[in-house]
Amino acid sequence: MEQRQQYTHSALPYFLLVPQIAIIAIFFFYPAAEAVYLSFMLEDPWGQSSLFVGLENYTILFNSTEYLKSVVFTLGFALVVSFLSLSIALLLAVKANNILHGKGAYKITLTWVYAVAPAVAGIMGGFMFNPHIGVFTEIFASLGWDFSLYTDPFDATFVLVLVSVWKQVSVNFIYFLAGLQSISYAVNEAAMLDCESDRRRFWTITFPLLAPTGFFLLVINLTYAFFETFGVIDTLTSGGPGGGTTSLVYKIYRDGFIGTDLGGSAAQSVVLLVLVLALTWVQFKFVEKRVHY
Amino acid sequence: MKKQLMTGVLATLLSSTTMAATDITWWHAMSGQLGETVNTIARDFNASQDEYNIKPVFKGSYVETLTAGIAAYRADQAPNILQVADVGAATIINARGVAKPVEDILVESGYGFNNQDYIAGVRNFYADSNGKMIGMPFNSSTPVLYYNKDILAKVGVDAPKTYEEMEQVASKLKEQGYATFSQSLTPWIMFENFKSRHNLPVANKNNGFDAPATKIMINTPDMAMHFNKLKDWSDKGYYKYYGSDWDANQTPFEKEQVAMWLGSSGSFGGLRNRVDFELGTTYLPYWQSMNKDAGRTFIGGAALFAIDGKPKKEQQAVAAFFSFLTSPETQMFWHKSTGYVTVTKAAYALTKKSGYYQEQPDAEVGVKQLSLPGGEWTKGYRLGFYSQIQEIMHREFDNVFANRISVEKALNNIDKESQVILSRFARTVR
Repeated sequence: MEQRQQYTHSALPYFLLVPQIAIIAIFFFYPAAEAVYLSFMLEDPWGQSSLFVGLENYTILFNSTEYLKSVVFTLGFALVVSFLSLSIALLLAVKANNILHGKGAYKITLTWVYAVAPAVAGIMGGFMFNPHIGVFTEIFASLGWDFSLYTDPFDATFVLVLVSVWKQVSVNFIYFLAGLQSISYAVNEAAMLDCESDRRRFWTITFPLLAPTGFFLLVINLTYAFFETFGVIDTLTSGGPGGGTTSLVYKIYRDGFIGTDLGGSAAQSVVLLVLVLALTWVQFKFVEKRVHY
Repeated sequence: MKKQLMTGVLATLLSSTTMAATDITWWHAMSGQLGETVNTIARDFNASQDEYNIKPVFKGSYVETLTAGIAAYRADQAPNILQVADVGAATIINARGVAKPVEDILVESGYGFNNQDYIAGVRNFYADSNGKMIGMPFNSSTPVLYYNKDILAKVGVDAPKTYEEMEQVASKLKEQGYATFSQSLTPWIMFENFKSRHNLPVANKNNGFDAPATKIMINTPDMAMHFNKLKDWSDKGYYKYYGSDWDANQTPFEKEQVAMWLGSSGSFGGLRNRVDFELGTTYLPYWQSMNKDAGRTFIGGAALFAIDGKPKKEQQAVAAFFSFLTSPETQMFWHKSTGYVTVTKAAYALTKKSGYYQEQPDAEVGVKQLSLPGGEWTKGYRLGFYSQIQEIMHREFDNVFANRISVEKALNNIDKESQVILSRFARTVR
């Protein structure tokens, strides 16, 4: 009798979950399954012929030095972009939080960049760093740096990082500022009585209390650097020069859409999926443990 | 009241006749001014008769248009006419049953077709190995040499016809502090059209016409010699490599930082309006030592493909539109307003007669170059997944001109990687 009790749940909760599950199934699970299927196939773009090739797409991928270069670039790029945009935003948020007069002006000027789309940011960067008409190219030249966006991979990466960080700092700033404001004044006051050093108070009191915000932002920023910087890369460098700024996502687009190699591109998507899952797992497994809510 | 009723009835009658007209769609990649011209042509066609109605739809860049076309085809929603660029030609022509040959479509609808009506360089590029035209050449251009007459006059040299002359001119220009040239689109100018101009094969299997090619002729003595020269010139400051971006290589010419620029024959209109110097145009240079009777080049740009499997009435509409499009008057209008070459001999003759080339001599260079004598290897090329290969070329040449790898290594890399890509494509063709 008691056991039967468990089965008398109403169907309502499941019914209410249906829309969400349906959205996830249609827009996430189905495409992901399709990508896995395609990654074992060699297809002509029009869907006229489809050939099962087993692991060929993956073999080609893992034997390609260009792909390896792309993995290294993406990881390095993601780390640099996340680190810089988080640390700059934190610094700005802490400083803006301590200001008594004109706080609003700082907040507004630091957050409005948020409204700029990555592709637009990229186009703006393209103008400012253009080899012939770019303002910054001229400034760099006068400083003796022979800056060249289209021929030097280092310079191209430099601009990509700069534009991506500039674009992301505002988002982080908003969250950090909100996080700082939610730290109770009593805690700060007590800390101030015990410790005179600003820096020490920050690292021992403020920073740990900000950790949940910081962790959330770390996840968001890595995702941003992995995926959303696509717009910046496409408008600024198209993955060049010498293939030096081709991120994994950009390569998937290039090979799949421009190169019309669906199988190879699908295999790359699957690898990226696994990579991002692994990264997320690491974050939650190891980093989150040190975060106290 | 009666009068009003009559007008009402008449209006209904009229609109029902337009309703009865067959609608066809045309997906294209022509933006800005070009898009306006496309719309004008469509409007003129619709006004010229009342049986058919064409609707042009701008779908973004070439890549976006092709991608949209592919997605629509897979969902049975394809447009009647799809514009596909030279690079993507193999993608659509090799896919059996996707495109209906223009020749068939025109003949079946009773318009007749003779490929000799088309300019020599245009005739075979979008045709199969038997010369049957599959795609209708639409916006066609070819690489030519633009030069700054003022700078050349100051230094006292003529525009070079050959690369040998280019080298001599370059050393004189350098003495006066000028860089000699830049070029936009390395694979197009320095590989594909280089081969055509010298009558050399681009790929095996008859340039990919007879069967899907499995190897491109990139790692060859002629390429090694040419790119080593380019590298040498780049080191000496004769040749300026500004990366793989089109504009980044064109702008220095406009700003008189280089004396010459190799670019599209379709660029002269924009160039002429933007530059302050006397602009000259001439044929693409060649190596006298390699072929002293250098011939014609390929067309670049894009063609219109009629998607197969549409109702007969719609195919007739497509045929009527193609016939309208290739009429000398439409061709001349397109040529004059965009700078793309005329694709038929009749249109070329008409434009000549109109006196247009007296005031715009640059406009004729492309057509004349495409009409030069050709040889075995000047028909065109058909390479699957070719945009992937072009991407590899850009990557490797970026590295060559930045001193990161040698010419030999780069050519070898392109050769090896392109073989993998081509053989993969060959397996998708049934």
